[in-house]
Amino acid sequence: MQSSIVQMIESQKKEIVDRWQKEMESVSKEFGVDTLNMREHRDWNDDFIVVIFESIDADDGNLKGRFRQFVENLIQHGWSLGYFTKGLQIFRRILLDIMTTGETNLSKNMYDTFSEIENWTDCLTNQIVDEYSGNWENTFQLQQTALKELSAPVIPIFEHICVVPLIGTIDTERAQLIVDNLLEKVIEYRSHVVLIDITGVPVVDTMVAHHIIQSAEAVRLAGAECILVGIRPEIAQTTVNLGIDLNKIHTKSSLQKGIQTALKLTHKEIIDIKK
Amino acid sequence: MSIQSNVEVRTEWGIVSARQAGRSLAKKIGFESVDQSRITTAISELARNIYLYAGIGEIIMEPVEQEATPSSPYRRGIRIIARDKGPGIHNIREVMEDGFTTSGGLGAGLPGVKRLMDEFEIESTVGEGTEVRVIKWLR
Repeated sequence: MQSSIVQMIESQKKEIVDRWQKEMESVSKEFGVDTLNMREHRDWNDDFIVVIFESIDADDGNLKGRFRQFVENLIQHGWSLGYFTKGLQIFRRILLDIMTTGETNLSKNMYDTFSEIENWTDCLTNQIVDEYSGNWENTFQLQQTALKELSAPVIPIFEHICVVPLIGTIDTERAQLIVDNLLEKVIEYRSHVVLIDITGVPVVDTMVAHHIIQSAEAVRLAGAECILVGIRPEIAQTTVNLGIDLNKIHTKSSLQKGIQTALKLTHKEIIDIKK
Repeated sequence: MSIQSNVEVRTEWGIVSARQAGRSLAKKIGFESVDQSRITTAISELARNIYLYAGIGEIIMEPVEQEATPSSPYRRGIRIIARDKGPGIHNIREVMEDGFTTSGGLGAGLPGVKRLMDEFEIESTVGEGTEVRVIKWLR
C-alpha cells in the first residue's frame, strides 16, 4: 500500500477506532447480542480492530497465523460470517469518509456517489453471506442430529438378547451417548445378553477400548452379560500391541458366533424342523 | 517421495483427520492392513494426547528412507511427529509405564504407541511442550 495512505490511517487511528466501535455496537444488536454480553462483545471488537490494523503491514510473515487464530477463536464461539463482512464494510466506509472530509467538492461528490453504489452492493453481499452461512449451519446441525440418531441402536433379536452395532468413529460425546442408550435399552428389553459389534469401527485405540470396557462393566452391573463381537484380525493385533486388557470381557470373532453363545447362555437353541 | 502431510489438532475432529491422513499415506507407502491399523492407532493415541493435555498441536506425517548400513539393508517407512506447546511431561519414565494415567483412562497410550511402532523418541520440557517422533519401517 502507498505509504501516504498508511500514514493517514495511522494518524487518524483514534477517530477511526472510536467511530467503528460505536457503529459495531448497533451491528452487534442486529446480530442478537443482548446487553449482558455486550461487554464481552466489546472485547472481541477490540481484538477485531487490532487485527484489521495489523493487516496493513502485508509483509509481516506471522500475520496470516495471527489472523487465522483470531477467526478460529470466533468460529468456536459461534460468531456468524455476516458479522465479519459487516465489520469490514463499516471499516471501509469510515476510512473513506474520513479521507474525503475537508477535501474539495469534486472529490466529495465522487465519494458520495461511490458510497451510494457501495451501500447497494454491500446489502446484496450481506444477504448472500447470510443465506449461505445459514444454509451451512442448517446442514451441519442436521448432519449432527442424523449422526446422533445413527449412534447406537440397540436391537432386540431374540427374547433377552440384544445387538448393538457400532459404526464409525467414536468420540467422547458419542461414547457417552452409546453407554446411556445401551443401559436404558438393556433394562427396557430385560436383556440377559448384549452383543456389541465393532465390525464398523475403523480404529480401536485406548480411548475406544476404555469406553467399551466401561460399557461392558455397566451392562454387567445392570444384570446382563456383554459379548464383544466383530473384532477384525488387524484390530485384534493392534489391541494386543497396545497392551489393552480385554480379559474381563467375553469376545467372539463374529456376530454369528456371538449369537450362538448368547443362545446357549439363555438356554435356547435353534434346531432344524423335520420335514 | 515428498508427500508430507500436516494436520492441526485442536478438536476431536482433528484426531479423526490426522488418522485419515495417516492411513492414506501408509497405504500409499505400501503398508499392509495390519500395519496400517497399527500406524492409524498410534496416530490416534498421539493426537488424543495433544487434544487432552495440550489443547493445540500438530501431527506431521512423512515417508522416510534409510540408506543401507553394514547392520541393516536399505529400508523405507513412515515417520510421524506429534508436536505441541502444552504443559510438558514431568516424569517421562512414569508416562512410559503401563497403567499410568492422569486422565482416568487405561494408561496404555504412550507405551502402547512404542510397541506399535519400530522407533520411538520423546522429548518434553515442562512448560514448553512435547515432541514425540516415531517411525514404522516397511517389512
